[in-house]
Amino acid sequence: MSAALAAQLAATAAELAACTTRPWTLMEVCGGQTHAILRWGLAQLLPPGVRLIHGPGCPVCVTPAATVDAALALARRPGVILCSYGDMLRVPGSTATSLLALRAEGADVRLLTSPLQALAIARAHPDREVVFLAVGFETTAPATAVLALAVRAEGLANLSLLSAHVRVAPAMEVLLQPDAGSPDPLCAVQGFLAAGHVCGVIGTTELEELVERRALPVVVSGFEPLELMRAILACVRLLEAATPRLLNAYAPVVRPEGNPAARALLAEVFAVVDQPWRGLGLIPGGGLALRESYAASLDAERRFPRPGAFGSASEITVSPGPGSLASPRGGIATPIPEADPASASGPCIAAAILRGQASPLQCPAFGQGCTPEHPLGAPMVSSEGACAAYHHDRPPPHSAHPAPEVPR
Amino acid sequence: MSERILLGHGGGGSLSQGLIDREMRPLYTDPGAPLHDAASLALPHGRLAFSTDGYVVNPLEFPGGDIGRLEVVGTCNDLAMAGARPWALSLALILEEGLELALLRRILASVAAAATDCAVQVVTGDTKVVERGKADGAFLTTSGIGLLVAAEPIGPGRIEAGDQLVVSGDLGRHGMAILMARHGIEPHPPLLSDCAPLWPLVEALLARGVRPHCLRDLTRGGLASALQELATEAGMGVRLIEERIPVAAAVRRGADLLGLDPLHLASEGRLVAVVAPADLEASLAVLEPQGGAWIGALERQEDPQGFEGAAQAGSRLLLRTAFGSERVLTPPSGDLLPRIC
Repeated sequence: MSAALAAQLAATAAELAACTTRPWTLMEVCGGQTHAILRWGLAQLLPPGVRLIHGPGCPVCVTPAATVDAALALARRPGVILCSYGDMLRVPGSTATSLLALRAEGADVRLLTSPLQALAIARAHPDREVVFLAVGFETTAPATAVLALAVRAEGLANLSLLSAHVRVAPAMEVLLQPDAGSPDPLCAVQGFLAAGHVCGVIGTTELEELVERRALPVVVSGFEPLELMRAILACVRLLEAATPRLLNAYAPVVRPEGNPAARALLAEVFAVVDQPWRGLGLIPGGGLALRESYAASLDAERRFPRPGAFGSASEITVSPGPGSLASPRGGIATPIPEADPASASGPCIAAAILRGQASPLQCPAFGQGCTPEHPLGAPMVSSEGACAAYHHDRPPPHSAHPAPEVPR
Repeated sequence: MSERILLGHGGGGSLSQGLIDREMRPLYTDPGAPLHDAASLALPHGRLAFSTDGYVVNPLEFPGGDIGRLEVVGTCNDLAMAGARPWALSLALILEEGLELALLRRILASVAAAATDCAVQVVTGDTKVVERGKADGAFLTTSGIGLLVAAEPIGPGRIEAGDQLVVSGDLGRHGMAILMARHGIEPHPPLLSDCAPLWPLVEALLARGVRPHCLRDLTRGGLASALQELATEAGMGVRLIEERIPVAAAVRRGADLLGLDPLHLASEGRLVAVVAPADLEASLAVLEPQGGAWIGALERQEDPQGFEGAAQAGSRLLLRTAFGSERVLTPPSGDLLPRIC
């Protein structure tokens, strides 16, 4: 980290302090941004009153317990090789069991860094069934789509997908909805820092619609400290000027139209569905499910039926333009909190944290029995979860302590 | 079809004997000497250091090294951290049935080369073979003895408040090289493990008149785990200056990609020296030319502010970022798992 960068950051922070006249609450949507904010202690550099709350943008955290349960059930089947991303292996389902725990008991659970690695595994084990647990936002969904196309092209009969991809924009909208039984919105967010990498894929159209409907500013932000600080400054400026609009502060990466190739892949393989998010409940248009033409041969839930255990996602009739994945509906239903025994029974407040209603430090379980080794809720499991971010990079209570002198 | 290790190679019969004669014996200092159940060593007078370590690594060969080099260097480095010149090693191999003989030969050649690098003798050994599926190719166990050279003991018990921390080079290369090899990531140029003997550095520090209070090699768990252990033993806190901590750009980028903290990644050829302020300049004179750097200091936890927050997170480490903000650094909890996106 160069001195020049530190100076630029300090200058941006000073500019922010100069233009802030009253308290504002912003939400960074993506878990990667949450981590950068904690990692660089950016909150300590904000003027008093400007508050960051952490969004639900952690794919592991929002994957429904039912999906994890389904993966666990599949991994228990003899002959199955269950593959997924690193973080996903550690997350407990509706009980304390995780895929890593099953692996220790003898299940064949494998860690992938790219979905295409599943192809080689399936080729090497023609006598086994390979299942890829496909999770994540619009960032990872195109890679799953590439896998689906490859499986079909190669005619691999022993590879299937347990797919639970989610879409970010509908979840942002749900956070602005009134809480059930309360006149207050679910969360006090006044402006969003949108997830730059997701926008790199989907573009900014969906978010522009959100800005229009909800009259609040959205700034597309990167993940580096200076990018985040500049995005915060831009968002506060829009708030101060009462000019809600969409601003792309990650222009080198995000084009308004997104990544057309990736969007075409998504449109080819997936349909937009209502999807339950862990902690947030059913989100209309909040998920991506395999289209019927792919699901018929690739859907692990169909290949290995398990009565009553699978699937709450239902396909919505969509009439998008070519390659479009625009939200199918304007109206948003009240979210139904998903039953999550792992957190409902104990002191864990994962749901409130995922909705931006509480900080991990407000959780009675934080650090007192809930740690990355023994997580009670998903946000402590994933390295992208807000609780893990606070656990790993916690700001000290007194942040104004002078740095030690370099002794020479 | 390539030659492979068979169960019989560990059975004690003629297959075993052949393996020992052809593959193991050349490792020993005096390959012509008759083999016996135990080696007898003529040591100079003085105190000895004794250390043992088991090596399990997947893949067995990785960019910049293999399990053979790792086990020799790793055990010698443990001895060096006590201020001991590595002297003699044992080498026990647990091989998986079906291991390619060519791979075993490469590993053993690497053991021999590393022993030369570390100026250490392999004096005794053992080989067992387990059924296929019962071991990950090969497990190696090494015990080593070293001759204590430092005049004063070196260890956590001697750490004092105000002691300064100096690392010997950039951190995390080994851990990142292994992770990338494991996950099929091939950076260009390739990222190599930093696996290297540390005794020469320790010897240079001692020769320069440095009296290290403690030395620690930054292996599993990285800088964060090593400092947390030392601070806990010493009952103190550590304050680090992030921008002073050397991390190669390739390691930093890889860590960003996988969602990991470079300060959690293992090195196999790096140490942190805990030295009195009066010894700092001499320590830097030795270590800075190697890429080393001053990174922070130990403090009494009750004196400075901030350590309460660290204690709540089960940590004793505070890190000052380049932007003047401060955060708690926690050691890794378990396996380093790459994130999703």
